[in-house]
Amino acid sequence: MLTTETIAVAMSGGVDSSTVAAMLCAEGHSVIGLTMQLWNQRRLAGHEGMPESVQGRCCSIDDVYDARRVAETLGIPYYVVNHEERFERDVVRPFVEEYLAGRTPIPCSLCNNHLKFDQLLIVAQQIGADKIATGHYAQVVFDEQLNRWLLKRPADRSKDQTYFLFGLTQEQLSRTLFPLGGMTKPEVRELARAYNLVIAEKPDSQEICFVPGGDYKRFLEAYLSEQGVEPTPISGEMVGGEMVTSDGKVIGEHAGVHNFTVGQRKGLGVATGSPLYVIQIRNDTRQVVVGKDEELYSRTLRASRVNLISTAELGEPMRVAVKIRHKHQPAPAMIESAGPGEVLVTFDDPQRAITPGQAAVFYDGDIVVGGGWIDTSQE
Amino acid sequence: MIRRVYLDNNATTPVLPEVMEAMRPYFGEHFGNASSIHHHGQATRAAVERARESVAALLGCRASEVVFTSGGTEADNLAVFGLTRPGDHVITSTIEHHAVLNACKHRVSQGCEVTFVPVDGRGLVDPADVRRAIRANTKLITIMFANNETGVLQSVAEIGRIAAEADIYFHTDAVQAAGKIPIDVNRIGCDLLTISGHKLHGPQGVGALYVRKGTQLEAMLHGGRHERSRRAGTENVYGIVGLGKAAELAITGFERGDDKKMAAARDRLERELLEIEATGLNGADSNGECAPRVPNTTNIYFDGIDGEALVIALDLKGLAVSTGAACSSGAIEPSHVLTAMGLRPDRAKASVRFSLGKQNTPDDVDFALGLVQETVGRLRDLSPVYNKAASSDQRAASNRRSAGP
Repeated sequence: MLTTETIAVAMSGGVDSSTVAAMLCAEGHSVIGLTMQLWNQRRLAGHEGMPESVQGRCCSIDDVYDARRVAETLGIPYYVVNHEERFERDVVRPFVEEYLAGRTPIPCSLCNNHLKFDQLLIVAQQIGADKIATGHYAQVVFDEQLNRWLLKRPADRSKDQTYFLFGLTQEQLSRTLFPLGGMTKPEVRELARAYNLVIAEKPDSQEICFVPGGDYKRFLEAYLSEQGVEPTPISGEMVGGEMVTSDGKVIGEHAGVHNFTVGQRKGLGVATGSPLYVIQIRNDTRQVVVGKDEELYSRTLRASRVNLISTAELGEPMRVAVKIRHKHQPAPAMIESAGPGEVLVTFDDPQRAITPGQAAVFYDGDIVVGGGWIDTSQE
Repeated sequence: MIRRVYLDNNATTPVLPEVMEAMRPYFGEHFGNASSIHHHGQATRAAVERARESVAALLGCRASEVVFTSGGTEADNLAVFGLTRPGDHVITSTIEHHAVLNACKHRVSQGCEVTFVPVDGRGLVDPADVRRAIRANTKLITIMFANNETGVLQSVAEIGRIAAEADIYFHTDAVQAAGKIPIDVNRIGCDLLTISGHKLHGPQGVGALYVRKGTQLEAMLHGGRHERSRRAGTENVYGIVGLGKAAELAITGFERGDDKKMAAARDRLERELLEIEATGLNGADSNGECAPRVPNTTNIYFDGIDGEALVIALDLKGLAVSTGAACSSGAIEPSHVLTAMGLRPDRAKASVRFSLGKQNTPDDVDFALGLVQETVGRLRDLSPVYNKAASSDQRAASNRRSAGP
């Protein structure tokens, strides 16, 4: 007989987390639905560049209603918990600062590390839940031999979210369930229909939840204006600078490093014969370095704030496959320790557009070895 | 089924059985429109007017001075919007219910001026501040009678005198006072006063605004000449009947001394909750004394506890209490009342309101006490912050002891 537990489900009002709640109920667990209130969409309305009425997805009333309807259908208790302060401190501010420093951040990983698997886990514990479950596509298993919790890629590779989960600690993994790890998205939708969940046909969401319409530049401007930064570094062109080629030739000016990401081709504002790409953003001099496609490739990168999952430490250099952005095919590489919390990655083949601010996640087959934040790419 | 105890009666109260019985015929045989001239209309008209007399008796006013509304929020809005015009000045406080606070803020966007008078650490408005805020164009003073989060009673009679001397309209939101303490509009000296049905064991969706005879109030809803042209719309007959019955029961309750019994139960709950370590009464002065309060409410902080988690944990075990104010999604926002009283943000977030109702028994209080003691202990065991702070306090205390001669 299966043992039943008290499980808190992080419910977003979407298909995945709703189905998780239904599955766990069907298994006989005592399920509590929780939604995190993380950001107030109305907050930036009317600020610099934002319309008076902002249509965003994050923590929208509609999503909370959907989650509440599902909880009511399942007959489980449901609560909205307010973590706006932590979200702003640990996700929104770093997001803004990273862009202003010429990097390209991933707020979803920060949210997982600091909110979903930290604050929410604490709330879950406080209200008497042994574990939390989410609708992420990933698998967590305990390996008896290694005596460690492992994070593994899911059955549905097209939905793999392990890239955003590399920061989970052993403690967090031991209290986490990913019930969708063995299923495909069509199977999940099928199950949602079978459970008669009102959200079974709700479309998937992709954009960064707190940035309305995915327009991150408009968001940065509005946030800085709300914070009383006037003129904002952006409107005041305080982050503007030169556009230079890799051999140091100044070929133009730009209005701010936050407008660029490594590998970007469009919107450079310079006309030359051959296609040009952003190959580097120099925060100290606010120079945007452009060059030819072949200049985008590098063999090594340095990752910092590394979290290791399948092993406690990196003694010997290790052969892995490394993913440098969400949609990147993991590439064969060696990883070796380069100081506390730092790892040097050397790819077998040079990789295109290694972007500071993104994560480098190390895989051994399906197993997530660990990951860190890309600091620099090096030739 | 788990046992459930409800100590959130400032949010809403259960309808008393007598109230339900009084309402029942108006869902069935007495279905008429109170404006109709025929038999059916006459029956419901009579019921509405009897209810008006009951409400008037509760407030010490004339029946003709009672305007039925859809609830406290509408009554508050009717007072603010019905009396003020662009260019007018309004005086209110920082701890009003959102029905008054946001109505005033909306008036600001329409060209009114508003002064938000602060409160002291006990949650009290200083009437002298109200007097000082008066300007030549001050049209309305609106200060609540009893606060929903702390239960603290304002010096409304004194503010009423100040308003009368300056010939300014005085409105008081008495939603949290009605049914809990006796109310007399003439002793308060107010021109308008709001009550709500569901806060005194009547139904939701009905309230009333007392409007002193002669007050020039412009209607917000336009239509038929209901409520002496002060509020158009077919009367919510069963709601009004329910409010009338609840008002009658409140009066007999005062005659029986229910409020004194309620205060004794609240005091016991409060005293024993405060015996839990690192707790305190919000609004108490350095002697632990509170400003005068309604008899059913206490608001207590539990250091090192997340009030939101405590409320959820208690709910899962069967005790309903509340913290702060729920925003539109249902998430909790830090209380503007406790913040205005100068409470530290961490304490505002660690605060929980307990509010008793007529249905609660001594057994309910015991149940609540046991559960809160147990849950607070468990949450503190889980809190690294609290344990660290507690052990450093102990260390500091033992250092002080060992530093002695």
